[in-house]
Amino acid sequence: MNFDKELDARGLNCPLPILRCKKSLGELSAGQVLKVVATDPGAIKDFDAFSKQTGNELLSSAQAGGEFTFFIKKK
Amino acid sequence: MSQKKLAIIATKGTLDWAYPPYILASTAAALDYQVEVFFTFYGLQLLRKDLSVLKVSPLGNPGMPMKMPFGPKWFRGINWNVPNAIQALVPGYESFATAMMKQTIANNGVASIGDLRSLCQEAEVKFIACQMTVELFGFDHSDFIDGVEYAGAAAFFEFAGESDICLYL
Repeated sequence: MNFDKELDARGLNCPLPILRCKKSLGELSAGQVLKVVATDPGAIKDFDAFSKQTGNELLSSAQAGGEFTFFIKKK
Repeated sequence: MSQKKLAIIATKGTLDWAYPPYILASTAAALDYQVEVFFTFYGLQLLRKDLSVLKVSPLGNPGMPMKMPFGPKWFRGINWNVPNAIQALVPGYESFATAMMKQTIANNGVASIGDLRSLCQEAEVKFIACQMTVELFGFDHSDFIDGVEYAGAAAFFEFAGESDICLYL
């Protein structure tokens, strides 16, 4: 999937992945896509909740080898 | 949709209990909430310029696991069940426990209190210190970080009364 910016949140624990994601989205313009890679097992539910509450669309959410990858489209 | 509001009263002044208000305030701000935190009694310590005043005490806290943040996995897994009487008598036990907790926090990729506090301020979380307890404890406004407002209970209710979520921590 194409993306405009990547955020490496590996090794960070709650709530840092969400806070960094919010900050990174602030540097994008509407419609651009942010890729986030995290290792916090709570991230799956947290990114889903973040997307629902802020209106930034979670395009995909995947898990592989202990890493979680999210693509989020800025509203 | 109008912006949701979160009001928090922070009353605890230890390193462990410093986390809930700052984690919830910063996360709520990231979720586009308008957030105010009212710091009162021991919670005032969370606004100090010098955060090294924040300590954790395992004394009389049966819920706190006492595990070492270094060494092989089997060693880290041991729970050091030190009797209260010994904890109370050993000089520096609290400082030792605090150093161990800070190491554990760093090992787990958990933010420091200073970092979370800065993130809150960047996200425009409003900090209000209870002026009555500032005076009661003999603090001076210069003990606290910049950007703090000083007010009383009535000011808290002005915001809390319209909040969607109100937490006493």
